[in-house]
Amino acid sequence: MSAKLNALNSDSYIDVSQYRDQHFKGNRYEQEKLLKQSHTLYVGNLSFYTTEEQVHELFSKSGDVKRIIIGLDKVKKTACGFCFVEYYTRTGAENAMRFINGTRLDDRIIRTDWDAGFKEGRQYGRGKSGGQVRDEYRQDYDPARGGYGKLAQQHRPTEARNSF
Amino acid sequence: MSRRRHSDENDGGQAHKRRRTSEPIEIEDRLESLICRVGEKSTSSLESNLEGLAGVLEADLPNYKNKILRILCSVARLLPEKLSVYTTLVGLLNARNYNFGGEFVEAMIRQLKETLKNNLYNEAVHLVRFLSDLVNCHVIAAPSMVAMFENFISVTQEEDVPQVRSDWFVYVVLACLPWVGKELYEKKDVEMDRLLSQIEGYLKGRVKTHVPMLQVWTAEKPHPQEEYLDCLWAQIQKLKKDRWQERHILRPYIAFDSVLCEALQHNLPPFTPPGHMPDAQYPMPRVVFRMFDYTDAPEGPVMPGSHSVERFVIEENLHCIIRTHWKERKTCAAQLLSYPGKNKIPLNYHIVEVIFGELFQLPCPPHIDVMYTTLLIELCKLQPGSLPQVLAQATEMLYMRLDTMNTTCIDRLINWFSHHLSNFQFRWSWDDWSDCLAVDIDKPKPKFVKEVLEKCMRLSYHQRIVDIVPPTFSALIPAEPIFVYKYEDESSSSLPGHSMSITVGNAIKNRASNEEILTILKEVPNPNQEDDDDEGESFNPLKIDVFLQTLLHLAAKSFSHSFSALGKFHEILKNLTESDEGKLHILKVVYEAWRNHPQMISVLVDKMIRTQIVDCAAVANWLFSQDMAHEFTRLFVWEILHSTIRKMDKHVQKIQQELEEAKDKLEKQQHKRRDSGDDEDMDKASEDEEGQLEEQIERLQEKVESAQSEQKNLFLVIFQRFIMLLTEHLVRCETGSVDISTPWYKNCIERLQQIFLMHHVTIQQYMGTLENLLFTAELDPHILAVYQHSRTRRNPDNPRTARFKKLAS
Repeated sequence: MSAKLNALNSDSYIDVSQYRDQHFKGNRYEQEKLLKQSHTLYVGNLSFYTTEEQVHELFSKSGDVKRIIIGLDKVKKTACGFCFVEYYTRTGAENAMRFINGTRLDDRIIRTDWDAGFKEGRQYGRGKSGGQVRDEYRQDYDPARGGYGKLAQQHRPTEARNSF
Repeated sequence: MSRRRHSDENDGGQAHKRRRTSEPIEIEDRLESLICRVGEKSTSSLESNLEGLAGVLEADLPNYKNKILRILCSVARLLPEKLSVYTTLVGLLNARNYNFGGEFVEAMIRQLKETLKNNLYNEAVHLVRFLSDLVNCHVIAAPSMVAMFENFISVTQEEDVPQVRSDWFVYVVLACLPWVGKELYEKKDVEMDRLLSQIEGYLKGRVKTHVPMLQVWTAEKPHPQEEYLDCLWAQIQKLKKDRWQERHILRPYIAFDSVLCEALQHNLPPFTPPGHMPDAQYPMPRVVFRMFDYTDAPEGPVMPGSHSVERFVIEENLHCIIRTHWKERKTCAAQLLSYPGKNKIPLNYHIVEVIFGELFQLPCPPHIDVMYTTLLIELCKLQPGSLPQVLAQATEMLYMRLDTMNTTCIDRLINWFSHHLSNFQFRWSWDDWSDCLAVDIDKPKPKFVKEVLEKCMRLSYHQRIVDIVPPTFSALIPAEPIFVYKYEDESSSSLPGHSMSITVGNAIKNRASNEEILTILKEVPNPNQEDDDDEGESFNPLKIDVFLQTLLHLAAKSFSHSFSALGKFHEILKNLTESDEGKLHILKVVYEAWRNHPQMISVLVDKMIRTQIVDCAAVANWLFSQDMAHEFTRLFVWEILHSTIRKMDKHVQKIQQELEEAKDKLEKQQHKRRDSGDDEDMDKASEDEEGQLEEQIERLQEKVESAQSEQKNLFLVIFQRFIMLLTEHLVRCETGSVDISTPWYKNCIERLQQIFLMHHVTIQQYMGTLENLLFTAELDPHILAVYQHSRTRRNPDNPRTARFKKLAS
């Protein structure tokens, strides 16, 4: 039978990205292997107010969701704009990468990426202030993610924050 | 959001890694790329690209003939939307190298046999169509193509075969005629007339009782939902009347006519269709989805009529593009929008129609539902000035026709529309739909809006929904999804379980052990029993009520909290739900507490099945119970039921898989022993191993049988309940001389149909029992019809068989 053509086999939406978790316990090869078999997705650019229910409703459209772990600010223990979604099947996760990644949840374009698997501790932001690293340094104002970035907040005059 | 292909580093699912250093493989990649990409956007004309490519391939034939043959066979099979580009290419190659042309035809025939053997009927259609277009390119002689068609049509004379088999062979011939009808009629008009007459005779005698089950709308107006073969036949008849003049198909070979007509043609070898095998999976019958006609596209090119062959070709090609590119939405959208000949047709309308056609296809869409939502969003992004308007127009039309739309299709429309809106800030002109406020809330239109708003709320939050609809729509706004705690405050102190609930609540908060809590619960009086009855081991509804209400109340904050609670107190819950009544009651309590939050009910029921606190039959019984009668037409009820059936399916499949794996292992072990020779020690160890495996297989066999028994029981429960409800309704209407067709009835009967349609593969296994116990001749004809139609859809008896049986009896 004729071979499958590579040119027609493109499924680029499920490719592994360039990101590698620097805290991963194991070597690059092990991490790659886990990513390629993973049923778990990292979901980023959530609003701080996005609930587990909303995530469940959206991500259930690509497959049965096994569990959702909402990312938390390490200090405040409140949602800090990311989560993990674990599916019962690889296909569920793949279809999320194909059809939910890059669409909106709670009016924001969210981003999904393969994750090597949830481990206790990974639900916390790794930024110095307790939230995600990206919220430490960003310069823009995002009301759904605590306003200005943490660094930018320190440089803002206090009146701006207190005024109504 | 597109991701770049890391084809160098991440071969992912590819079978082998590419060796970048090896030259021949690089050239093979290049050949593949050249061939696959021909016909795409280019600065040169298609003709000059084809000419150039033909030259390159001709030069490569001495060294890469087999590779080129394989690639061309693959594109014939997998890129049907570019059919005539590749047939032209093959035509040019044949003109330059007659032997190559012959080898290609042989390879195609081999491939056709393989696809038929492997039940790849869609691909087989592409291959036959490719061969027929090769007649236009002077590669294949017309008479031999006609002979192949004659062999296909002879299948209609076969006895004792499923109708879907002969249907397919007729379909494939008709589906080629838009491309090659003209040429074949010019060369062999007598034979073609005979062929068409045979087809006509066959079509007249087909069984079509299954068609209503597949129609998206029950109404004939404005567009009849035609059975696919009937529609294609009408289109071919019209084409014939137009003397086979067809202007839509792209035919690059016309430009090369002077070269091609010099070429020598090949004869197709005689091709006998493979015989019918019992495990053959022919394509299922379908209905052609139409929602637009020439009156709908206000300006610009006119939409080809429903019986025009252009309509057929456009729809075929658009379906093929989706089938090729569905995994990559940007590419898919771009390919759809760059359809050749798009300036002569209202392309956006065709695209929207084809996409909805797939989304609403019964029993199931060809691809996962969410793909269509995302594809439409992508199309809106690429054509922001035109496509959103067509989509809005389509939505409006679908809303207008809700009264006659199939319930399953309405479900999908609800899910699509709410998800779509959530990507566009829920902007919609709800006021345009204020007509739905004037009718009874159970009617399809207000029901639809209500369900849409509920789904929108799940993707946002309650206040958002209040804000987006006009105040007149307040009756349709979903309830705020809050927990209803029975033992909330002092006002409930008169309730029997009230004080107990406080005790239990405190115990949980103070991290009492399961044993301690069970001891506390022993004190809960049983309203069903005498005081001096046993120690309270039997079903005690109040105990369940008190414990679960309290627990769920404490865990109400989020899904995770509730799941955690179910996990922590699993032992207690299992204890409370040992009996069937216990299982039913726990579901009742969950519903009572969370009745404003159907999403929470769904996830809790799912968790309870997975952790075996309740079983599937209990869930089915609960959904059909009197307590849930007032919710019976709500979408969340059916989502829970279908999810339950699916879980049961997966459970059975999983154990069957384990059994197969154990059997394989045993076989391997036995082979090893046979091959290992006379080593006594090895023999003994092997025997032990085999013994263990045999035991395991026996256990798994029992597990499979037990699981299948549970599965059969689940369907029995479901169908039994349906029959009870429907019979009750029919009898009530009859005695009251009232019309049976209430919205409730339409919903219920279509839900029954939906069970058959969506789970036909599984149900097939238990048909015998179902017929004997439930779907007997004594059943009301309305209900029995649903059962019978679902059977004929799956396996319509060939009318010849029926006549033959009659003659033979």
